[in-house]
Amino acid sequence: MDNAKERVNRVWDLIRQVMDPELPFLSVDDMGMIRGVRLEQDQIIVTLTPTYSGCPATDVISSDVRSALHSVEPTGRVELALSPPWTTDWISDGARRLMTEHGIAPPEGPSADRAFLTGQGKSIPCPRCKSTHTTMVSAFGSTACKAHFTCDACLEPFEHFKCI
Amino acid sequence: MTAEQHFQVALRLGDDAMILGQRLAEWCGHGPVLEEDIAMSNIALDLLGQARGYYSRAGALEGLGRDEDQLAFFRTDQEYRNHLLVERPNGHFGDTMVRQFLFDAFSLERTQFLANQTVDEDMAAVAAKAVKEVRYHFSHSSQWMLRLGDGTEESHRKVQQSLDDLWPYAGEFFVADDIDEAASLAGLLPDLSHVAHAWHARVSEVLIQATLQKPTTTWSQRGGKHGIHSEHLGFLLAEMQVLPRTYPDAAW
Repeated sequence: MDNAKERVNRVWDLIRQVMDPELPFLSVDDMGMIRGVRLEQDQIIVTLTPTYSGCPATDVISSDVRSALHSVEPTGRVELALSPPWTTDWISDGARRLMTEHGIAPPEGPSADRAFLTGQGKSIPCPRCKSTHTTMVSAFGSTACKAHFTCDACLEPFEHFKCI
Repeated sequence: MTAEQHFQVALRLGDDAMILGQRLAEWCGHGPVLEEDIAMSNIALDLLGQARGYYSRAGALEGLGRDEDQLAFFRTDQEYRNHLLVERPNGHFGDTMVRQFLFDAFSLERTQFLANQTVDEDMAAVAAKAVKEVRYHFSHSSQWMLRLGDGTEESHRKVQQSLDDLWPYAGEFFVADDIDEAASLAGLLPDLSHVAHAWHARVSEVLIQATLQKPTTTWSQRGGKHGIHSEHLGFLLAEMQVLPRTYPDAAW
C-alpha cells in the first residue's frame, strides 16, 4: 500500500514540473489541468483536462506529461478527460500572481461572469500600472485562452486570461 | 431511435463544426485587421476541437473502427451531413460575419441543450466545454452585426445584403427530419421548434440594435443534412483532404 502511495507521489513530483508551453513560467498543474494521478492494476494513470476544445498546446502538454511519467513509470498512460470541463477557477492563486508579474491580467472572479463577454460590467485592471481604465481590443488574443486589451492610463497593450 | 440515427446525430454535429472551422481558417493571413485575423483563426480552432469531440463519439457509435481523422478526411461531399449555411463561401468580411452570427445563435441553443439536458453523456462532455466557447463566438459575431449594421451607409447596405442572401440557408436549421424527431423524442437533441423560437428571439434582438431589417423570406434551402450539397463543399473538401488522401499513412 505504501509502495503504491510512493509511486503516485513520485509521479506527482515529476509532472508538477511540466510547464505550459504557451505560458512557460507556469506549470500545467498550476493551470489546473492535471485532474489526478491513480494506480490501477499496477499501471499509473494521469488524467489531464484540456483548456479549450481546440487548444493546439494540448497535444504538446500530453506528450510532455507522458515523457515525465515514462521516466519513472514506463507502463504509465495519460488519459484526457473532457468532463467536468476545465474552468479558469482551477488556476491556482500562485499562478494568478505569476501571470500578473509577467504582464498578463489573470482571470477575475467566477468563470460564469457573462458581463465580461459583452464588454460591460467590471473592468480588467492593467497588470503594469493597475489602472482600471482599460479597453478590450479583441476577445481573441495570441492564444485561445487570452483576450487582447490596452491600458488607457499607461497606454501599454496587455493580455487578459479569459474567464471560462 | 436507432443506433444509425444516433450515429447520424453525432456526425451532423461534427460536420457543422468541421466545415465552418475550415471556412474560417481560410481567413488566416487574409483578415481585414490583425485582431480579426486572429479572432477568426481562434474560432476556427475551437470549432476544430469541437468537431474532434463529436467525431470521436460518432466513430464509437458506428462501431466500425473509424476514428476522427477517417471521418474528416475520407468521406466525400455526399457523405457530409452539415447544414448548407456553413459551407457558403466566405465572400467579404460582412458575409462571413453574418454566416457566423446566424450559426452561432443556433449553435448556442443547441449546445446549451447538449451540455445540460442530453441523454448522451459523451456528447454532453464535449458540449459542456464547447458551450463556453460558443458564448464568446456569439458575442463576437453579434458585436460585428452592431458595428456593420449601425456603422456607415456602405457597411449597412452591404451587411443587409449579406443577411438577405444568407437568411434562406439559416432556415434549414429548423426543418426537422425523421432523425431530428427521433433524437428529440429520445432526449438526445432539443426539439427544433423550441430552438427556432429561441433563435428568432436572439437574432431579432441583435438585428434591431444593429438597425438591420429581419428578412421576411420564409422558404428555406435544404439538403445538407442528407448529403445534398452545393458545389462549394466539393472544393472545400478537395483542399482539406488532399494531403491525407495523397499520403494516407502520413503522420506527424
